[in-house]
Amino acid sequence: MPQTPKLNLTRNLPDPDGFYEYLVSSQRHMSDEDANCMNARLILILANQIGDPDVLKAAIDFAANPKAAEKREAA
Amino acid sequence: MFQTYQYPQYDYRQSEEQKAGTVKRHKVVVIGAGPIGLTAALDFAQRGIHTVVLDDNNTVSIGSRAVCYAKRPLEIWDRLGCATRMIDKGIEWKIGKVFFRDDLAYTFDLLPEDGHKIPAFINLQQYYLEEYMVEEAQKSNLIDLRWKHKLLNLQQDDDHAVLTVETPDGVFKMEAEWVVACDGANSDTRKMVGAGFSGQFFQDRFLIADIIMKADFPTERWFWFDPPFHRGQSALLHKQCDDVWRLDFQLGWEADPEEEKKPENIIPRVKAMLGEDKEFELEWASVYQFACRRIDNFRYGRVLFAGDAAHQVSPFGARGANTGVQDIDNLGWKLKLVLDGDAPESLIDSYHTERAFAADDNLLNSTRSTDFITPKNEASRRFRDAVLDLSEVTDFAKPLVNSGRLSAPTPYVESPLNTADESSFAGAMTPGTCCADAPVSVNGEAAWFLNQIGDGFTLLIFGDEAAEDVTAGNVRARVLRVGKDLQDKDGTLAARYDAAPGTVYLIRPDQHVAARWRYFNDNKVEAALKTAMGGA
Repeated sequence: MPQTPKLNLTRNLPDPDGFYEYLVSSQRHMSDEDANCMNARLILILANQIGDPDVLKAAIDFAANPKAAEKREAA
Repeated sequence: MFQTYQYPQYDYRQSEEQKAGTVKRHKVVVIGAGPIGLTAALDFAQRGIHTVVLDDNNTVSIGSRAVCYAKRPLEIWDRLGCATRMIDKGIEWKIGKVFFRDDLAYTFDLLPEDGHKIPAFINLQQYYLEEYMVEEAQKSNLIDLRWKHKLLNLQQDDDHAVLTVETPDGVFKMEAEWVVACDGANSDTRKMVGAGFSGQFFQDRFLIADIIMKADFPTERWFWFDPPFHRGQSALLHKQCDDVWRLDFQLGWEADPEEEKKPENIIPRVKAMLGEDKEFELEWASVYQFACRRIDNFRYGRVLFAGDAAHQVSPFGARGANTGVQDIDNLGWKLKLVLDGDAPESLIDSYHTERAFAADDNLLNSTRSTDFITPKNEASRRFRDAVLDLSEVTDFAKPLVNSGRLSAPTPYVESPLNTADESSFAGAMTPGTCCADAPVSVNGEAAWFLNQIGDGFTLLIFGDEAAEDVTAGNVRARVLRVGKDLQDKDGTLAARYDAAPGTVYLIRPDQHVAARWRYFNDNKVEAALKTAMGGA
């Protein structure tokens, strides 16, 4: 049984290169501190967009330890 | 420092039993005459229990200390006959504003609806609160207030405790069927029974300063994160009576408490906050750090713990004294039933079940507020600032702002004293919940619903369907019929209780819902009444 049934970890971005470029260039001229602050805001904005607490919890757990699911599957 | 308040000195009197050298067994002895111990004395006496209160001092709280008193404890004090003075003297408020740097980030309203007798919150210096309760207690011939009585030792037997007490006349022993320890966060009683008291400490320090000034700031709670006058830290401004204002400055862990308490260090902070030319006097100051922790069991044999002796929270949210008063509300009627032999002693164990559940809810809220106000690392600080930044320009971030979630009663949703609903009900009044107030009329006079309940068990009946009092042993649930004993003028009561004709609520003596049905059935009520008394 999958550990994160609702978290979509398959490809879902229509234009991966375009998204990545937009994200990185938005911070190109920022200090690390400013970029970190922007990241915090961005996480909150995206979290509100998602809303579903199960998805958010799964995403937080996965981000904190991405290898854990792999290890569980291998076991 | 200037004083707006004269501290009363209560007379020490040697007790008859100490004078005679006889060991007397009392029904209930309360340790500590602070807000919780005094509430205990008033509640127990109102239920007919003779209560002795021991306090090692002979005056009220030094300094304003607890300041914000919430609706529910005020409702309890109203049941005990002393809320009117508190509300008249106190400062009513319900609006809170949170500022981030130079801007208003968030505004909240704690009581957005009308139709409640008691305001959302009042601010009142703790010494006034205690003084009013002492005066109320002195009127009762069931309350024996003993000043300058210090508990030295406590031994327990199966059905009583033996207390060794020191007074100016020496040391003597007394016995108590039940001891209620309300002796604060550093409770000696807790140490005497060897109870565990664990939780989380926070590495931060705060300065509280009470100042006297004439100012026309609104009676709102103002909280700042990273304000221009106190960079990188938080601050709070709140009005009390007698033109006393409570200021609170976050100082950080490195601050030296002794240095920060000195007027020459406080005054520049206040001037930075209020402006150089604002005239004020300093009345009282204290530097504190805090912990969130709870006793492992509220009951140790015949010793019961209440208030800060049982749980300690951070001050954000005013959950300390307010929670303690609700401990007593929960305990008084149970003690009465057990002392009278009307309920099994195990009913007392539900005091731990219900109030530890509430304490954990308070600790959770308090810890969350503290994590927001005192971020543990730079990443948390950035999230905190991100919430505050976004709250100025978006709606979604506002509920994430946490400058303290202000004290609200915790419903005992999992209590073994509840009887589960068998029909569906809308609204908040699920079993285990504290009853909502509503405007009613009694004999043609305007009145409040909560003032009609709380002496014992109440059977609230809506409409004309047949129903009668229900008894379990010696305990009676008394019918209170809406439409006859009281009138629900504008339908607020029925709306708040999702009532239709025939709806029945069984209400506990502490004004909490025990059970409810869509029709009256005496067998069901009797079973629920027994369940609410711990299976009597």
